[in-house]
Amino acid sequence: MFAVVNGTERELPDGVSVAGLLDKLGMTRTGVAVALDGAVVPRGNWTTTTLRSGSVVEVLTAVGGG
Amino acid sequence: MDDPLVIAGRAFGSRLVLGTGGAANLAILERALVASGTELTTVAMRRVDHSGGTGVLGLLRRLGVGVLPNTAGCRTAAEAVLTARLAWEALDTNWVKLEVVADERTLLPDSAELLDAAAQLVEDGFVVLPYTNDDPVLARRLEQAGCAAVMPLGAPIGTGLGIRNPHNIELIVSDASVPVILDAGIGTASDAALAMELGCDAVLLSTAVTRAQDPERMAAAMKAGVLAGRLARLAGRIPCRRLARASSPSLPDPGQISMSGNRQKFDTGPTPPPSG
Repeated sequence: MFAVVNGTERELPDGVSVAGLLDKLGMTRTGVAVALDGAVVPRGNWTTTTLRSGSVVEVLTAVGGG
Repeated sequence: MDDPLVIAGRAFGSRLVLGTGGAANLAILERALVASGTELTTVAMRRVDHSGGTGVLGLLRRLGVGVLPNTAGCRTAAEAVLTARLAWEALDTNWVKLEVVADERTLLPDSAELLDAAAQLVEDGFVVLPYTNDDPVLARRLEQAGCAAVMPLGAPIGTGLGIRNPHNIELIVSDASVPVILDAGIGTASDAALAMELGCDAVLLSTAVTRAQDPERMAAAMKAGVLAGRLARLAGRIPCRRLARASSPSLPDPGQISMSGNRQKFDTGPTPPPSG
């Protein structure tokens, strides 16, 4: 299935979880937050929340800013 | 802690909030942060695949400086609310510098979206510090919405134009019962001092330090400027006068010492310096 992660369309295993997605993309789990289709996925739900085909995922962290 | 800044019950020893945006690299940022003495810094939330993400957080944790996530780049209340919620999740803080700007050219706050977002975030349990226009009425509305501070701009972000409307900043200060933090527009240390002299409780700045030729030295200057302005505010400045008022005691008889005629009789040596 395909999902859009941080603006890039990616082919992912069907039913991949948020935690699985982060692992697959080699993204750190500390200091990041995930939004799935415009809603925050709390850290505690990362293993149980799964993506659907067409899901839009944003993975954010802190950078320098004013 | 002497003369602490207290926001939502949390006390800070420094009245300078330093943003982390614009620094050439982390080593320069670290030296500037240390020189500024800041205890609270802003960060932005961006996609993980953007470079430089984790370095800033690690640095702030190592220095023991508090993290204040912002919602920079958001144009609508909905975007800002989602960004704030993500920041809470990522950084484990319910504090947010709320920023909802209208356009890239001016980066001026969109007042309607700002107020809407502030109300939602207060409802969600956030400690909301809104970046706002130098508008006393909007500042009052934000306070009424439950914001923990108001942060009026001195001038648009990154311009270094200083405080364009000191009168409005004074009005905001005189009305507010939450801390007022002058945010944006600071160019140099005298601007920071002026903000504090006008009665602001703190100053938030980034560009003026991070893009100065010597960020570390400018950070030290800002620290000193904020402190000088704060002390001057507390000390109570003299009223402005239209005409001179000598600070040296007047002579016993002004007619006795003359620069002509009877100089031999009343020789006073070299001409005294002007009184000042």
